[in-house]
Amino acid sequence: MISREEVEHIARLSRLRFEEDELERLQHGLSAILDYVKTLGELDLDGLEPTAHAVDLKNVLRADEPGVCLSQAAAVANGPVVEAGQFVVPRIG
Amino acid sequence: MSGGMPPRSSMPGAGDGASGEWEVVIGLEIHVQLSTNTKMFCSCPVTFGEEPNTMVCPVCLGHPGTLPVANERAVEYATRIALALGCRIAEHTVFHRKNYFYPDLPKSYQISQFDLPLGLGGRLDVELDDGSLFPVGVTRVHMEEDAGKLVHAGGATGRIHGADYSLVDFNRGGTPLVEVVSEPDMRTPEQARAYLTQLKGLLEHLGVSDVNMEEGSLRCDANVSVRRPGAPLGVKTELKNMNSFRYVQRGLEAEIERQISALEDGETIVQATVHFDPVTGSITTLRSKEEAHDYRYFPEPDLVPIEIDEAYVERVRASVPELPAARRQRFVADYGLPAGDAGILAANRPLGDYFERVAELSGDARLSANWVTGDLSAHLNSTGVGVHESAVTPEALAGLLALLGDGTLSSKLAKDVFQVMLETGRDARAIVDERGLGQISDVVELEGIIAAIVEANPGPTEEFRQGREKVLSFFVGQVMKQTKGQANPKLLNELLRKHLAG
Repeated sequence: MISREEVEHIARLSRLRFEEDELERLQHGLSAILDYVKTLGELDLDGLEPTAHAVDLKNVLRADEPGVCLSQAAAVANGPVVEAGQFVVPRIG
Repeated sequence: MSGGMPPRSSMPGAGDGASGEWEVVIGLEIHVQLSTNTKMFCSCPVTFGEEPNTMVCPVCLGHPGTLPVANERAVEYATRIALALGCRIAEHTVFHRKNYFYPDLPKSYQISQFDLPLGLGGRLDVELDDGSLFPVGVTRVHMEEDAGKLVHAGGATGRIHGADYSLVDFNRGGTPLVEVVSEPDMRTPEQARAYLTQLKGLLEHLGVSDVNMEEGSLRCDANVSVRRPGAPLGVKTELKNMNSFRYVQRGLEAEIERQISALEDGETIVQATVHFDPVTGSITTLRSKEEAHDYRYFPEPDLVPIEIDEAYVERVRASVPELPAARRQRFVADYGLPAGDAGILAANRPLGDYFERVAELSGDARLSANWVTGDLSAHLNSTGVGVHESAVTPEALAGLLALLGDGTLSSKLAKDVFQVMLETGRDARAIVDERGLGQISDVVELEGIIAAIVEANPGPTEEFRQGREKVLSFFVGQVMKQTKGQANPKLLNELLRKHLAG
């Protein structure tokens, strides 16, 4: 079982706020998921290289050639608040 | 303290506190923007100063469902940097997600590298002002993407309406970056500055970046701590985002002073990010919560690994131009330049190229070096113009040196003509002809002038004849005045002595 502090820490990292009962539910839920994933640990993987992908791909690169950009209007279209073609956010720091 | 500068050992950064000696430990993290055509993981152009949010696409805006694809040239440039720093190139290198929330980071993670970076274990030999070399280890060289740009608006900046807020422009977001992390091998702010200067010169030499600190294409963070000699490493603080060499040095000096006086007062240093204000010269501690440094790195599932083979490394190695250290040695050996001039010319690739061209055309390498490191560099530095944009081309400077060589111009006149060349972009011959600036080397003409002056000044003439050598300069002055400084000085001297001897 992961600790209550760990759940709160992850919530803070994720910028999510939870009520008391939700934190408790998450503590159990997240632990159950981790325990389930842990079953993979029962496999004997000695001598096997870890793979980054299920498919055996490498070196997928593109040429350094410019493509088409969005218009400014399209780029900021989904911004809840926009000013002078830019996204408005609360002041940081 | 009266009478000039305090001795070096008592200056901040050299490490002496009131209670004895402190050793300073500095490591630098450099971020350099690569001068590729397009971004690291999408095809948007890399630009500076464009209208906000016009150089963006769904990938660099972090829209759901989009896929990054790495830029071939960015990988090549990063490999070039790693090789030039003597790093081991990884056969297998992987991108990771570095997770944190900040408004300039639209995906809420930066694609970076973690435990499998491109290059490991390099070294840069840094030359100090006295010509000595000291090695700085390079821990790692890795690839990542830049964040967008935040501009503060409202309140404090003078806008009348509204509360404080920030505006986000993602044009810069996704620009290819290479991070170069040094070992904590530097012991003084001067060494840190020298390392940074040398690294900047190297990157410029490699042709992989504009390395413009003001425009942010080269950025520097410094980790700094102090300890008693021989003691384990002290707690370090991180000085963030210093955008000039001078600020790096001054910021380090201020932070070292702060740490030493805190420790001497019995306080402890807290691991933190600190900010140097170049206006007040003071250090502010930005208390960062522990969570801020928990980035939860994990392999970026949208990108596949990069496998680098020997053939690729050799191909990139072949594209690495002659490095500054080798070039400096060649300038000394082949052209007989003094080490100082060779160092200046080798540290700046375009300037070195310019010099070589002038030397080739003029056939006089030392004279060429004098002019390139002297008058030309002074002009470039004071105007902020790059050597490739200089109004005086290597061909034009070689033309001026030819007039100097054949006696048409004295050094003094050559300097004047050079100023006109800088202002007008015209060649030396045309300026000399048009303004009648050529040196008077005509014996008959000079003798006429000298005779008249000697005749008009019987007193000084008599003095000279009685052995007062000093009087000669009086006559030189008179002739120069009359010829507007154009008399050939060597010839003038000769003729004057002849005439005065009677």
